[in-house]
Amino acid sequence: MSIVEVDKVSKHYGTVAALENVSLSFADGEFFGLLGPSGSGKTTLLRSIAGFVEPDQGDIRIDGAPVRDTPVHRRDIGMVFQNYALFPHLSVFDNVAFGLSVRGAPRREIAAQVAAMLDLVRLGGLQERRPRELSGGQQQRVALARALITRPRVLLLDEPLGALDKRLRQEMQIELKQIQREVGITTVFVTHDQEEALTLSDRIAIFNEGRVVQVGQPNEVYERPATAFAAAFLGDANFFTGRAGSPNGTGSLGAGAPRRVLLADGDAILTTSPLPADGEPVRLAVRPEKFEIYRSGAGPAAGDAMNRLSGRVLQAIYSGSSITYKVDVRGQEVTVFEQNRSAQPFPPGEAVDLVWAPRHSVPVEP
Amino acid sequence: MRIEQRRRFAILGLTAPTYLWLALTIFLPLSVMLYFSFLTVAPIGNREPALTFAQYGAFLDKEFYRFLTWRSVMMGVHVTLGCVLIGYPAALILAHHVPNRWREALFLLIVLPFWSNALVRIFSWTMVLRENGLIDRGLQAIFPDAPSVGILFTYPAIIVGLVHSYLPYMILTCYISLQAIDRSLIEAARSLGASNLAIFRRVLLPLSLPGLLAGMVLVFVPVIGSFMEPRILGGLEGVTLGTVIEDQFTAVFNWPLGAALSFILLAIVLTILAAAYPLLRRNLQPF
Repeated sequence: MSIVEVDKVSKHYGTVAALENVSLSFADGEFFGLLGPSGSGKTTLLRSIAGFVEPDQGDIRIDGAPVRDTPVHRRDIGMVFQNYALFPHLSVFDNVAFGLSVRGAPRREIAAQVAAMLDLVRLGGLQERRPRELSGGQQQRVALARALITRPRVLLLDEPLGALDKRLRQEMQIELKQIQREVGITTVFVTHDQEEALTLSDRIAIFNEGRVVQVGQPNEVYERPATAFAAAFLGDANFFTGRAGSPNGTGSLGAGAPRRVLLADGDAILTTSPLPADGEPVRLAVRPEKFEIYRSGAGPAAGDAMNRLSGRVLQAIYSGSSITYKVDVRGQEVTVFEQNRSAQPFPPGEAVDLVWAPRHSVPVEP
Repeated sequence: MRIEQRRRFAILGLTAPTYLWLALTIFLPLSVMLYFSFLTVAPIGNREPALTFAQYGAFLDKEFYRFLTWRSVMMGVHVTLGCVLIGYPAALILAHHVPNRWREALFLLIVLPFWSNALVRIFSWTMVLRENGLIDRGLQAIFPDAPSVGILFTYPAIIVGLVHSYLPYMILTCYISLQAIDRSLIEAARSLGASNLAIFRRVLLPLSLPGLLAGMVLVFVPVIGSFMEPRILGGLEGVTLGTVIEDQFTAVFNWPLGAALSFILLAIVLTILAAAYPLLRRNLQPF
């Protein structure tokens, strides 16, 4: 249980920057997700914390002490690898006992602790099995138990659930979170699965091209993406570009009231977020599920309270509980995500209106 | 049922040529030799052979043969040990510490001895090891008063030559099992607090034991019967069971005795392998 600080860390491979001046701080007991596409630097950061990668610049501190000169095996970390990296020649018991055994713990103590740890990850009774005799989920738990048994200061997870199928992954997400809560250990995990990041993390950092794009709680990052990349990587997003509108347009625009973004063809989109000065270019992101879709002319009227754009359905993708529409709005394809409440989805070609609240139009950096 | 039957036929048909070939090239000559070993004289020309156990009796009667057998076995042990001590670390470095682009070139260097004629290779060792040879001259170039370290025609010279000949087998078998070890296993061990020594003892060595054992068998078995290196590099020290057997066939023309000694050697090798079988069986299986 520790505080981990990453202070202006850079790492270059040749001319490629794997990490570029990254600073992050992980609070005691926090479950922190590093999210980004492959090659974005998230794994390099994890491996730097572990000690497998030595940063070119910057410091990593655990509980205030720089770990630059501490080799991996003295850093007191626990790590779960993407492929679990269980020792194939050792039983489940010996795999879990490994960390205590290399520290020279007495045999009786090892036995007691391994038994307790296997109970924690619900693997009691499988002690004698070899890793290849276990299912993917069971192997995952052995890897977790093995990493936790030394009571490390930080737990590092590298795509911990990446090798599991979807259903098992969802089960393990809940279990992983429970175990982490129970043990209370500061945990940093790497994933490229946005849903996993949102589900598990107390806070998320989004990486792109070696830099941290945004840090925040899952709902902050999802609802208020800072950049177009963050908006598009974490979930889906539709973008509208225009210019910050003048306040003397139609409608009452007092303090705190929505402001207007003028699109190229005279339409306007309202947003409650702060905008740059009038006339400056603005890019707005709108999540597909924030739209409501109505037959043309139906639904609430446009005005200060609501945005309304008309379009034509290009495609309706039916997937049981939900329907995804591709809608042509002024020549732009917009993705709309609807809960399946209506009995009959709109057919392609149907004229529709998209309606959404101004607070869901979020200006993002391009 | 019918599919099962057809599959069995197919397997038989596909493997039959191999078995036939093995029978022709190994089993048949060996049977002939086994027959010879029970004869009084080789049935060549118009000599009249008779059946006898005399050849095997000679081995038991003469202290000389038992001494040579012991020397051959010890030679096998020493050469195997030498190959392990040099070959395993070499394979370890090659598998885990050499960048990919260098690996091929180094492999070429390791396999190079295989490409040269064995006789040429052994004779070049005589140039190196003899008194006033390459080693001596190199040493004297640095220390003019250095005494000779020429070891040609001694037991160590045989070991040097044999280790050189059989080292590639050891390196290759060890390399194959070492390079198959996932790097993340080493990282996992390290993250769990294991030092380099602990990683070697608890992860690398157990996981590469199959290759190490295979290499040991591969070196030990042919070395026991070797005769070229002992004869050329060993001088008077170089009389082994292998050279005696060779003499029986090429110089003395006592084929029955040579055959009998060969089968005794074969029996010794099989006995040693049988004794080591539990160890081999446990460790040659994949995990």
